[in-house]
Amino acid sequence: MNDRTFFKSLTTPYQAIPHGVVVFLGIAVWVAVLAVWFALTFGGFVKPMFLPKPNEVLNTALALAADGTLWEHTYASVQVVIIGFVLSSIVAVPLGLTMGTYRVVQAFLDPLVNFIRYLPVTSFVPLFILWIGIGIEQRVSVIIFGIFFQQVVMIADAARSVPRDLVNAAYTLGTRRRDTVWHIVFPATLPNIFDVLRVTMGWAWTYLVVAELVAARSGLGYISLKAMRGFQVDVIFMAIAMIGILGLLTDQIFRVLRRVAAPWAN
Amino acid sequence: MLNNPNTATRSSDISVEKVALRYGTGEGAVLALDGLSLNVKKEEFCVIVGPSGCGKSSLLYLIAGLEGRTGGMIKVGGRPVSDAGADRGMVFQAYTLFPWLTVRQNVEYGPRRKGMPAAERNRIVDHYLTEIGLAAFGSHYPSQLSGGMKQRVAIARALANDPEVLLMDEPFGALDSQTRHAMQQLLLSVWEHSKKTVLFVTHDIDEAILLADRVFVMSGRPGQILADLTVPFERPRDMDLVMEPDFIAMKREILGLLKNNGGH
Ligand SMILES: Nc1ncnc2c1ncn2[C@@H]1O[C@H](COP(=O)(O)OP(=O)(O)O)[C@@H](O)[C@H]1O
Ligand SMILES: [Mg+2]
Repeated sequence: MNDRTFFKSLTTPYQAIPHGVVVFLGIAVWVAVLAVWFALTFGGFVKPMFLPKPNEVLNTALALAADGTLWEHTYASVQVVIIGFVLSSIVAVPLGLTMGTYRVVQAFLDPLVNFIRYLPVTSFVPLFILWIGIGIEQRVSVIIFGIFFQQVVMIADAARSVPRDLVNAAYTLGTRRRDTVWHIVFPATLPNIFDVLRVTMGWAWTYLVVAELVAARSGLGYISLKAMRGFQVDVIFMAIAMIGILGLLTDQIFRVLRRVAAPWAN
Repeated sequence: MLNNPNTATRSSDISVEKVALRYGTGEGAVLALDGLSLNVKKEEFCVIVGPSGCGKSSLLYLIAGLEGRTGGMIKVGGRPVSDAGADRGMVFQAYTLFPWLTVRQNVEYGPRRKGMPAAERNRIVDHYLTEIGLAAFGSHYPSQLSGGMKQRVAIARALANDPEVLLMDEPFGALDSQTRHAMQQLLLSVWEHSKKTVLFVTHDIDEAILLADRVFVMSGRPGQILADLTVPFERPRDMDLVMEPDFIAMKREILGLLKNNGGH
């Protein structure tokens, strides 16, 4: 490949670019972010109270990792996210598929789901504390409340967009009506389901931190709040970075799962 | 000529009697079919031609039981049609292979639903994959196939289920003419081996005459049968037939019918 076509491939809309370039750019953006961070802190442009030096954040992280605090709180957060996410998903997926497939179910649930979907989750946090206290159940409830109705709506949309003739073809091949969801709609929407799960997993993290900031005795949101009271801005940054890393990790896991479970859709 | 109507019903595999179909109600209602009748005999290959929007697809969907008729009677194999069923296979104009299944699994789908044992299933799938010339593509996904290959698999999938009749709704409509001609030849050879009753819809008159034992010419909406023409040409037929004077004469006759009754 000569220079001209190389440059052209980079500047052509939708054109695939070499894998090496993808990796290089993915690293470059982090190098750039860190460089700006170093420049701002070591250059003295920002007070350390507001923005800690990168190496201090790393040192804090290493220290808290060594004494187990970091892992304890990370584990607490991950546990709540997974419980909330799994409980929500195992109900939302079949319900969403049924709602998208059967108009009668849609007619019954649509008004309710779309009403609740627009209520701000945060406004329910005090209510949940009142009802269920500040234990793990409260945080799980906030996550479920935050993502369940969104999952239902998005999965119902996916189910509705299954081509009608795909279902018709299945009927002419002997598929029974009551098997339609399981035999046709579910496999047809599997790639979409994974996309919905991947996106809502990100939201689950957001709602978890909201819940932990308000009422919790463990978790990454909780140690951030505690750190704020002690002006330990480096701990806050560490917690944010940890959440980001976990988010990146779950995102990759869902990509792999999708590729394995729906190999035809790549 | 049959003068006893009962004999006609008994010897025909598909019998459509005075069928009407209305979509919607009130002001926006569309009368797609009105009093349409036709008969297709066992092992016969019949083709419907008609202007776009005259209700050809609707008629096939009614026979398949995918749509409920407003009036009239449809019988397949002597039994009244009330719902979709595996006895009426269909190949659609849109690509309807299951994208999550491989070519092999797609063809296997119907027999599997019936609970057929694996050994027998494999034998049938192998047979049809060979028949359509895609034996080497068994483990491909539909997204990896060309349009013509997809429709070949769709034909194999319908036949592997061993339906009583095969309904085909412009299955080659989206293909380029080269591929379409190859598909027509392939369909004829598959049909000659399987001897299914076929009702095939097209708006391509060449295709209709080339494939059919009989051609039904439909009027514009609401669709009715204008003419029921027996195609006299010997089988096997090939593309050269298109240049024969008799072929051209028949084509001209159909064109004339369509021109004068193209609907409103
Ligand atoms: N689901 C539907 N609802 C309302 N009108 C329809 C529907 N399907 C088809 N039609 C109308 O019925 C007529 C016949 O349609 P169709 O059977 O698809 O015609 P063809 O296959 O001959 O082109 C058309 O006017 C079309 O607009
Ligand atoms: Mg049509």
